[in-house]
Amino acid sequence: MTDHHVILRVISKMLIPVVVVYAFYVQFHGDYGPGGGFQAGVILAVAMILFALIFGIREALAAVPAAFARGVAGTGLLLYAGVGLWAVFNGGDYLDYDYLVEEEPGGHAGQHLGILLIELGVLFTVAGSMLTIFYAFAGRVVEIRDEDW
Amino acid sequence: MDIGLALVNVALLAMLFVIAVAIIRIKSLFAIVMLAGAYSLVSATWFVALDAVDVAFTEAAVGAGISTTLMLGAMLLTSRTAKQERRLVDLATLGICVVTGAVLIYATIDLPALGDVSSPANAHVGAEYLARVEADTGVPNVVTAVLASYRGFDTLGETGVIFAAGIAVALLLGFGERSLSSGRRSGKRGGRSS
Repeated sequence: MTDHHVILRVISKMLIPVVVVYAFYVQFHGDYGPGGGFQAGVILAVAMILFALIFGIREALAAVPAAFARGVAGTGLLLYAGVGLWAVFNGGDYLDYDYLVEEEPGGHAGQHLGILLIELGVLFTVAGSMLTIFYAFAGRVVEIRDEDW
Repeated sequence: MDIGLALVNVALLAMLFVIAVAIIRIKSLFAIVMLAGAYSLVSATWFVALDAVDVAFTEAAVGAGISTTLMLGAMLLTSRTAKQERRLVDLATLGICVVTGAVLIYATIDLPALGDVSSPANAHVGAEYLARVEADTGVPNVVTAVLASYRGFDTLGETGVIFAAGIAVALLLGFGERSLSSGRRSGKRGGRSS
């Protein structure tokens, strides 16, 4: 295929890593500013979908296989639910982060750890599910035809 | 509310109105998808003007980001233009729309003013969360604390809903691997006009 989308490809090659880094910034900065797992997961999925739209679905499936995407989605949900069970095993209520770690009363290490873990679970589930949905749509059209751009 | 903020609100709402009318009038699906993305971006800007930064951020990421790309992906499976509809003037439908709109506008009279400290949203649990969040969780962003800690059950349910949605779409449409095995099947794309 003659590459007449060369500008698009070069620019997006530079931008996609920035989008991914921004997703992680949103993820880990969620305690302090707007954002969190939902937004970060969506931004991460958008970076991957942008890659698929510009470089083709085959390249995208080679980079992030569909089985991996849905596996990540399931892992995220299990991680979130697992944090809840972990609190139960430590003697607390389900999802009571105060029981995750041994600490002085009034300490916030458990809360921070719990929020970090469940936000990671949300990130995994949202990014994986969104990518799975996109693959389900895009997997039916192998290549975007030139007149569709 | 000062006059500058009021002007910003009016301008943004006017843009939303214009985009909405354009979406109704335009037949090209690609233009509609792009305008829907623009609509989300403008609403996100408006949410910032309303001091709802977290909502704005979500709207920008979900509405303008993922929805646009997913709609593009879905559009590739169908035709490029919307079906031409017969023009008809249906007085009953128009009447229902006008009456419903009038009732909704009448209902907004009872809504609390923007930023009203005595409104139910700000006076009861909202104030409670703001007072306790530092001692309970030590998380500076109250929205995150409410979402992830106080309302952890809700968020778990939401995550489950998203997971279920992804799996349901994949079960209906396939997991995407078929494009690798079966190659390009242009004959399967019936019913599209180019």
